[in-house]
Amino acid sequence: MSEGVTFDDIVGDRHIVVCCGTGGVGKTTVAAVFAAEGARRGRNAVVVTIDPAKRLANTLGLAALSNTPHEIDRQRWDPAGTAPRAGRLSALMLDTKSTFDHLVATYAADDDQTQRILSNRFYRNVSTALSGTQEYMAMEKLYELHEQGGYDLIVVDTPPTRHALDFLDAPRRLTRLLDNRIFRLLMMPTRAYLRVASAAVQRFLRTVSRVVGTEVVDDVVAFFRAFEGMEEGFRNRATSVLALLAEPSSSFVVVSSPRRDAVEEAAYFAERLAESDIPVEGLIVNRVHPAFGDEGVEGLRARADTLAAKRSDAARATGDGAASARRLAELYTNLADFRQVAERERYHMAGVKARAGRAAVAYVPFLSRDVYDFDALAEVGRYLFTVSPIAPARSG
Amino acid sequence: MDLARFCSSARVFIVAGKGGVGKTTVTATLAATAAGAGLSVLIVEVEGKSGLAACFGRPPLGYEETELAPRVRGRTLTPDEALVDYLEAHGMRRISKRLVRSGALEVVSSAVPGMKDILVLGKMKSLEQNRAADLILIDAPAAGHAITFLMSPRGLGDAVRVGPVSKQSTEVIEMLSDPARCQVILVTVPEETPVNEVVDTAFQLEDRIGVQLGPAVVNACYPDPGVPASVDEVQQLADELGVFVSPREAGDLVAAAEFRRERFALQQQQADRLAARLPLPQIRLPFLFTAELGPPEIAVLAATFAAQVDALPESSWGRVTVP
Repeated sequence: MSEGVTFDDIVGDRHIVVCCGTGGVGKTTVAAVFAAEGARRGRNAVVVTIDPAKRLANTLGLAALSNTPHEIDRQRWDPAGTAPRAGRLSALMLDTKSTFDHLVATYAADDDQTQRILSNRFYRNVSTALSGTQEYMAMEKLYELHEQGGYDLIVVDTPPTRHALDFLDAPRRLTRLLDNRIFRLLMMPTRAYLRVASAAVQRFLRTVSRVVGTEVVDDVVAFFRAFEGMEEGFRNRATSVLALLAEPSSSFVVVSSPRRDAVEEAAYFAERLAESDIPVEGLIVNRVHPAFGDEGVEGLRARADTLAAKRSDAARATGDGAASARRLAELYTNLADFRQVAERERYHMAGVKARAGRAAVAYVPFLSRDVYDFDALAEVGRYLFTVSPIAPARSG
Repeated sequence: MDLARFCSSARVFIVAGKGGVGKTTVTATLAATAAGAGLSVLIVEVEGKSGLAACFGRPPLGYEETELAPRVRGRTLTPDEALVDYLEAHGMRRISKRLVRSGALEVVSSAVPGMKDILVLGKMKSLEQNRAADLILIDAPAAGHAITFLMSPRGLGDAVRVGPVSKQSTEVIEMLSDPARCQVILVTVPEETPVNEVVDTAFQLEDRIGVQLGPAVVNACYPDPGVPASVDEVQQLADELGVFVSPREAGDLVAAAEFRRERFALQQQQADRLAARLPLPQIRLPFLFTAELGPPEIAVLAATFAAQVDALPESSWGRVTVP
């Protein structure tokens, strides 16, 4: 695959599409755009969303967390019947805790073990609040949907992370926790561990008990005992999830805004993924300002200054033309301001394109309204896809 | 409202908002405003890696306090550092470094979510009690996380019922629920989703944490664009003034003016919607077209901020009308 990838390739051929990036750049929207376009191309598509904005959630028929995919009536996403080939579109809103509970039940030897774990306070904390759990469960849900089969295209939104790489690391996080030396000692029956544990570990445990209380330590010990025998299953699962993501049929799309920090993060993320032999196939820069011509900012500002000078000349003389000069100067200043924004954004975007390698790159302009219905999703799609021109359905 | 009074209405301002709305810019603006009113300010960055120091033209902050501007100091505060401080203050100096190095904090914080947050909040509280500055500004984590962050002392009550952490939680709750000690300044931008989110966050902060909310800061507002422009008008102006404007340039001038009008109208709608849904006074800060924010830009924002505080009613938080 020496030729560049296109977004048509991604939406048409890939089995898994992972949308990632920092928060507030429109990841969830982009994920919905991909799934809807996939359905329009005849694929059986599902989108896994995480915390979508309310109106987008309503569009996708997601009133609450729903851990099983919910199919959206074709009438909703293709009201005019213009889709080249009618596939299917489903959506779900990730329920982190249920997904984790389900995973525990899968690997537990029996109901008793499941119950012991689910009722443990430490487990409840890990399953809802351990940093990375949401990312991990997003990946887990993806794997589950893949295993169940049936879907041609699985699009996954990822939680907003401060560091875009966090989510890739997520599946390993739990296994790292399970591998922790101190926890391994904790897992041994109490007396045995007292015999073998070094003085340092005992000191550590005493310190922890002093700081957080013995109850917490007891909970942790109980959790790891209850968990016994399941680590292997979890470890294998994490390995399988990562292997699935590394397959050529899996695609990573990074969503960014044209701001310097977001673009930096996107480029950095693409490079780090490439190091793990997982190339980023698409880069989407969202909410780009229009260019408003190609004149230099300095020239326009000089023009505004000249007009402002004219204005004071005119004001000193007869007063005629002062208002006109001011008005025109303001228009020039305004154009200069927006040209400055545009130049800066294009500079950042050129930088990200240069670092994108063979990835598809698309720029989506500022749309005049919030993107939350299928019409608006299709409008975003027009900046990504070429093969299937989408006529937005107009109601009424 | 008197500016100095506003800036000393609480000893700690926690600046919170969704990622990308300009929380850091607003923190810097508040610092410059308070310093301008003669107060000493300490900015505490709790999430690392922000452009805060750059707003003052300085290199990134570290754990040691550094001066950012006259009367403005800054520092970071991470859980690891807070843990070491905490252990040292409790006579466990010898093992503190080792605990952090061995990843023990990871272990403990996995066992007790909110542990890291309470360490940071506890340290904040001791800075407040020691009067580290007239005003302490906290550049808080992004919105959703800000609630978890501030909820942590209550959540911890469930997991940890005795010992120093429990005591720490109680003291932090006391600080958070005392309006004279601590207030939250919410930051948003005048767009649909950020407005919805800030309303949610505000009600959650009030209901679940009981923290006092200061005025809401609406950031990146376009300046009023004035009357609509047309190509004909531009040509007429040019003729009148005896200058040449090419048709293409006239088109660009009008397109840019119309774009600003359209965005301005949308922003007004959203800011008004925010005012209707969230009964807090609003401070609206202008969108700045300049490339990077530095001391001159922060000075402009601080002046705008001060002028709008001036216009706030003196005694209680009422609705503010912004021109």
